[in-house]
Amino acid sequence: MTLIVSELCVDHGAIRAVDHVSLRIEQGQLAAVIGANGAGKTTLLRALSGLTPARSGSATWKGHDLLHSKPEKLVRFGVSHVSEGKSVIPELSVEENLNLGALWRRNAKESEQTRNKIFETFPRLEERAGQLADTLSGGERQMLAIGRALMAKPELLLLDEPSLGLAPLVIAQIFQSIRDLTTQMGLTVVLVEQNALGALEIADVGIVLNLGRIAATDRAQSLIENPQVRAAYLGY
Amino acid sequence: MHKLIHSNIGRLLFFGALGCLLFLAGNRVDELRVYQGATLAMFVVAISSIILLTGYSGQVSLGHGALLAIGGYSAVLARNYWSLPIWLCFAVAVLATAAAGSVLGTAAARLSGPYLAGTTLALAVGLPSIANQFSFLGGEQGLLFDVGAPPAFLGADFSPYKWYFWIASSAALIALWWLQNILRSRYGRTWRAVRGNEVAAELSGIHVGKAKTLAFTLSAGLAGLGGALLAMTIGTVSPSAFPLTLSFSLLTGAVLSGVTTLPGVMIGAVTLVATPEIANAISHRLGDSGAVTSNLPGLLVSALLILVVMLVPNGPVEQLRSIRTRRSVSTSR
Amino acid sequence: MFTFIDTLLIGLTSGAVYSLMAIALVLVWRSTRVVNFAQAGQALLSTYIGYECMGRFHSFWIALALAMILGAGVSALIEMLFMRTLFKRNTGPIAGVAPIIATLGLLGIIRGGIGIFMGGKETIIRPPLSNVGFTISGHTFALSPFKLVILSAVLIMMILLSLIFTKTNIGLALRASAYAPEIARLAGVKVDAIRTLGWAIAGAAGAAAGMLQTPNGTGALSPDSLEFSLLLVFGFIAAVIGGLESLVGAVIGGLLLGLVLAIVLMYVNATLLFMTAFVLLIVVLLVRPQGIMGKKAGRRA
Repeated sequence: MTLIVSELCVDHGAIRAVDHVSLRIEQGQLAAVIGANGAGKTTLLRALSGLTPARSGSATWKGHDLLHSKPEKLVRFGVSHVSEGKSVIPELSVEENLNLGALWRRNAKESEQTRNKIFETFPRLEERAGQLADTLSGGERQMLAIGRALMAKPELLLLDEPSLGLAPLVIAQIFQSIRDLTTQMGLTVVLVEQNALGALEIADVGIVLNLGRIAATDRAQSLIENPQVRAAYLGY
Repeated sequence: MHKLIHSNIGRLLFFGALGCLLFLAGNRVDELRVYQGATLAMFVVAISSIILLTGYSGQVSLGHGALLAIGGYSAVLARNYWSLPIWLCFAVAVLATAAAGSVLGTAAARLSGPYLAGTTLALAVGLPSIANQFSFLGGEQGLLFDVGAPPAFLGADFSPYKWYFWIASSAALIALWWLQNILRSRYGRTWRAVRGNEVAAELSGIHVGKAKTLAFTLSAGLAGLGGALLAMTIGTVSPSAFPLTLSFSLLTGAVLSGVTTLPGVMIGAVTLVATPEIANAISHRLGDSGAVTSNLPGLLVSALLILVVMLVPNGPVEQLRSIRTRRSVSTSR
Repeated sequence: MFTFIDTLLIGLTSGAVYSLMAIALVLVWRSTRVVNFAQAGQALLSTYIGYECMGRFHSFWIALALAMILGAGVSALIEMLFMRTLFKRNTGPIAGVAPIIATLGLLGIIRGGIGIFMGGKETIIRPPLSNVGFTISGHTFALSPFKLVILSAVLIMMILLSLIFTKTNIGLALRASAYAPEIARLAGVKVDAIRTLGWAIAGAAGAAAGMLQTPNGTGALSPDSLEFSLLLVFGFIAAVIGGLESLVGAVIGGLLLGLVLAIVLMYVNATLLFMTAFVLLIVVLLVRPQGIMGKKAGRRA
């Protein structure tokens, strides 16, 4: 159950956003994809979840072709994507947002169990269960978005910049939750982040993207200690 | 050459040249075509008013027929009750409709998408029927509009249709030239900003409500001119001259032209004039039944509308432009 | 005294039919964020289908049921053939406007098509129940058994559909697909199929509106009939007055419109009908730009 991406090319309008990217992420690993703005990180995730069509290359997981399936189909294969900034529907309540993630499962009992587990991990969501998602703070929305993705009981989780726009304390909480969930639920996670240090600290593997190409792949800890990576992305 | 065309003087010369061409064409073509030319010019003006309102400031109007009605009736009333010279009647039409437009525009500015569409729809249906109420508006039969014979210096056998064509074309050319200038000015840029993202526009200091109202007012003025021209070409105004289908046809013409750009406006106008002709030809072949004849033009126009909106939503002109841009980008890699 | 009550009753029943149309429009809006102007055209088409069924089965009720089922089918087809392509390619400055224009085009096609194929025919649909008013102490009220049916149909639909939207999984999927199709996709909702379902339900509601409206009026069915135009314009106005977001609003809007128009019809002047609708609309929107039951905008990302 490895995520295998091979020579993936994705265009964003007239620009090649992902340029011949190849990578392997083993089951149970948390891979952090870091890089500057516009490096192609979001486009990479969007291609993996079927939202953006790829130009060429392949991406498979558990034998499923990720590039040519509709996103709603991939969810049924165990792939969940939390997109950047807007993965929560403000007009629906917290509970409705969560239920949305499990609609396709059609097993009310199982969904309820999953929901309870999510409420355990994010007690704040339980407090606000009946409120409109509109009224949540940034951190709470991110928790809700991740919760919604987890309701589908995924095996592969794609997270796009979960720390975006959040206060440092909240970011730490979110990252910790992601790490804990990955370990507890045996998830395979691709975590795209601009907050390079935070992401690398919780990751097993790190991938550096620059202008659509892979600039470095290594164990996360090695990347943290790598002087070039430190200078370019970690700020020290 | 490119720079010359896009400068103000260049544009003036362009329209002047166009005017001369039309004058020459008018002399070589038979009566029916000349009359159609006048109708064409009318459609050009009416459609461009929608391009201004919908294409540039993003407000959808399903009721431009009502604005045309205001213009038409104003022109006729000015002529019949005050005996004003023709060009002054047209000016009255423009001003009266613009005034109505400014009032409507302030209400419209507060409404978004479907709510605005609904309001303009109600207006389109409701306004013409007012004429039935008041006798000075001529009631159901309407009023006659006589623009007068062509001036003597043009010769005794200068047909009235040619005269209409001249009036309509000059009006259209002036209107287009003026509109082109406004759209390229900072007003045009303001409207495009509003259309793109109202919140962002407001945040960059644009007074969105004022901009929208201005667009509505100017669009109404143009529509009023179109209405006066319509009254001229059909010789009367009455509630039945401004049915709901007129508003829909104009919107269709605007979409066919490419609602966001002005240069394509001829495409829409030509389609609106040509379709009844084509429809007649087809129904002739099919045996000329009453049902076919009365329904085919509308059917064709609607079918064309759907095709365009689905396949070429930004209009043929914009589509060509984007193809050209894409090609130049890929060749420069 | 009696005239006033009659006026109210007439207003309520005609308003109820506008509500049905408004319900159909709100359904499409709530499930796909599009105003379907072709709805009235579809309703007309479904009513013609109903007419044919009446000829076959000699029962209004069977015809009504069939018209609703087939109306749902036609609506679903339209969504799949036209609207899906539109959504895929709908980018650029015209994005907000394109669906409105497309549905207007559809309306024209349906109307033209019906005109060509069914134009000259004499088609009458008679009401299945007595449309003669109840008589109490010598006075015949403007309320008949048939009109009662119409009123109850509207109420039932409103309650049923509201419950579906707010309390069921399907309703949740419908709302999510309308508010945020991409997020719904990522959550595993089959957005395309759900959208089609929304349109299908709306098609059924529109069919009911057409089938109930026709015998309520003169009974004559034709693409140029006054009833059809009224359905188109007033149904839409009713939906907007009520606030496109709410089914309850659709009913309130329809009834309010019906009442006001009936009063104007009876006490003022018949020719001012359309203008009155316009004035009512403007007044409501000036006071509440989002409609009577609409929620204040402010979508925060």
